[in-house]
Amino acid sequence: MDKLLISPAPHLHSKDSTRRIMRDVIIALMPSVLVSVYFAGLSALLVLVVSVAGCVLTEHLIVRYLMKKKTTVSDLSAIVTGLLLALNLPVSSPWWMVLIGCVVAIGIAKMTFGGLGHNLFNPALVARVFLLISFPVQMTNWTISNSIFRPDRWELPKGLLGAQGQLMDASSGATPLGIIKEGLANGMTMETLSQQHDFSYWHMLFGHIDGSMGEASVLAILAGLLYLLFRKVIRPVIPLSIVITVALFSGILWMVDPSQYADPLFHLLTGGLLLGAVFMATDYTTSPMSPLGMIIFGIGIGLVTMVIRVWGAYPEGVSFAILFMNALVPLLNKIKPFPYQKEVSRG
Amino acid sequence: MSKTFSIGGIHPKDSKFSKDKPIEEFPVPKRVVISMNQHLGMPAVPVVKKGDTVKVGQLIAEPAGFVSAPVHASVSGTVADVAPYPDFLGKKVLSVVIDTAGDEWLETIDRTHEIKHEITATPQEIFKIISDSGIVGLGGAAFPTHVKLTPLEGMKAEYLILNGAECEPYLTSDYRLMTEHAQEILIGGEMMRRVLGDVAGIIGIEENKPKAIEIMKKLTSNYLQWEVVPLKKRYPQGGEKQLIDAVLGRKVPSFSLPISTGAVVQNVGTAYAVYEAVQKRKPLITNVLTISSSDPSIQKNYRFRVGTPIREFLSAAGAMDKEGNLSRAFAKVVNGGPMMGKPVSNLDGPVMKSTSGFVLFTSKETKRQEPGECIRCSKCFQACPMRLQPYLLYQLALAGRTEELDENRVFDCIECGCCLYSCPAHIPLLDQIRLAKNVSLKNKRKK
Repeated sequence: MDKLLISPAPHLHSKDSTRRIMRDVIIALMPSVLVSVYFAGLSALLVLVVSVAGCVLTEHLIVRYLMKKKTTVSDLSAIVTGLLLALNLPVSSPWWMVLIGCVVAIGIAKMTFGGLGHNLFNPALVARVFLLISFPVQMTNWTISNSIFRPDRWELPKGLLGAQGQLMDASSGATPLGIIKEGLANGMTMETLSQQHDFSYWHMLFGHIDGSMGEASVLAILAGLLYLLFRKVIRPVIPLSIVITVALFSGILWMVDPSQYADPLFHLLTGGLLLGAVFMATDYTTSPMSPLGMIIFGIGIGLVTMVIRVWGAYPEGVSFAILFMNALVPLLNKIKPFPYQKEVSRG
Repeated sequence: MSKTFSIGGIHPKDSKFSKDKPIEEFPVPKRVVISMNQHLGMPAVPVVKKGDTVKVGQLIAEPAGFVSAPVHASVSGTVADVAPYPDFLGKKVLSVVIDTAGDEWLETIDRTHEIKHEITATPQEIFKIISDSGIVGLGGAAFPTHVKLTPLEGMKAEYLILNGAECEPYLTSDYRLMTEHAQEILIGGEMMRRVLGDVAGIIGIEENKPKAIEIMKKLTSNYLQWEVVPLKKRYPQGGEKQLIDAVLGRKVPSFSLPISTGAVVQNVGTAYAVYEAVQKRKPLITNVLTISSSDPSIQKNYRFRVGTPIREFLSAAGAMDKEGNLSRAFAKVVNGGPMMGKPVSNLDGPVMKSTSGFVLFTSKETKRQEPGECIRCSKCFQACPMRLQPYLLYQLALAGRTEELDENRVFDCIECGCCLYSCPAHIPLLDQIRLAKNVSLKNKRKK
């Protein structure tokens, strides 16, 4: 007898897998991870390790002992969540706070909805916002980062020595967005603010500004974006529509009154805008599936972000904006793609 | 810039291992099983009975209507049986079985290899010969060619596109024909062009076949009405709708025939069959197939007689063990290309007019992974050349929501397999969609 395997076409597969996609995202996050460790040293590494380990462990324990199924951590998605959560936290985050973040991200935002592919909101962002509301002091304790790219520190690439040595005496500062929010509210103009604080776009690009670990270096995020595009993990639709919306929105305000509103480049380079646009808003599960849906999604994120940044109570609004638009994704997924070609009317 | 279709598509490795293997004449088998159901439409009706002696090329079955095709004897000998016999899927279909004796051809058939350039037949005569010679589309669907050459009321053909895309991985039979018999293909195409009323002729060939493009370009330089269009390598470019889009930039509307765009598509193999029928008076009784696998010793192109058992090709190619069973090195035999071909379950089933090849896979090559959770990456949507939402159709199919399936244009699905090929979670998208299409079709027929 011939032994014949019978299964329907197609008989070949692209060899693409969920695991490979997650591995690519992890690789794309590496520049940001390395930059944060380079600038903030061991304390950054600590946050990263606790966050990744916490997320993986939470998922494993829940799947294995609560859902009593085969563990799913081998799909690497928990590692992605762990890395993203860490990059959304300040370097100075205490380990217990990071752990709470892990349990919220994986336990509440991901597994209660059914795990990978079923969650409505981006797990890392749910955790970040949860922590921001619960621990406002720790979450806004931005230690001034120790950039080797600042000319006065050229001879001191001490990043690897870490926060303990170099940064102990550094005062905790505010993010550029925080500074302008407070300054403008107190009647100062953009001009005096930038004279006082030296907002160098050059520094923002490389990793000088203060903020969450992953927000620090725009170049590192762009390197990750290029890798994701090259590997065809994401398409540029969502990041582009966010960036264009923010640029247009802030550009119009800036042209109306440059003394009261920051310029578009400032808005693009500061805060978590690019980190969010590249790594968080493009999360498959929590973003729309059709190109038109993606564009609306991106525009929405850009608009909400700018509204919060300019008129809201918080200096930064990317996380809220993405979560808000996450909630609309099921609705955006109802948008039907343009048909291949409409049938011709008969008669 | 080479042309290609505008929506979706994938880039599987082309694996055209047998592309440099010339077409070998396959030995005449001892017995053939000739199916009456080798075309779309009504099965042919046998006109021979047990005990009759037949010659090669003799009519053995008549068409059962307009959308049907006659069938001819591919060997000479005695009719051993006229009864249902299992095909490659094990399904029994009415067949004429002939025990071979010698190789005696009808005298009317010109068996020389000399190319007959001059076209003396009128378009009406050409049409009649095509329909009498049992010619069907050799690109896979086996739609009777004369039906496709008959314009529907109110529609006019503007273009004849010869399909030389051969976008399925592994298969090389069309490529071999285009390199070895380019002139004949062009003459066959020219005759169909005249039948359609002097329309423009286009040959679409994918760029991974530069030699075929070069030969065709050289030959068409003498024919003003013909143009060779090189196409970017992309699957499913050989799909009728995709090819028309690639070549003309026109899209076939849902529930419409390709002719509504003014284009008639014929496979290059069909054009060759038309040449043989009209110029050599040889009905469609032979064709070319590819036997391929990742094993370099099992990569061949054969010219075969219709009705030869599949087993004989595999055994000639060396894919059988000592007992004559399929070698344990291989797990699956696919009839056709790996993207759309059907799995063979009966190696004693016969090859048909439109058989293009058999691909042998090891279990490792073709093993399906355990399906995981949909991560909503929308890769299936991006790959779908018909701009459907496979993930949605899959869910609707699972839930049995027929009306919503229709609303989401499930009938536009051409079953090309791009969705399943691309799915990182290995979800059996196409399996479920295909099932839903069939169930829904049955329900509609009942109504």
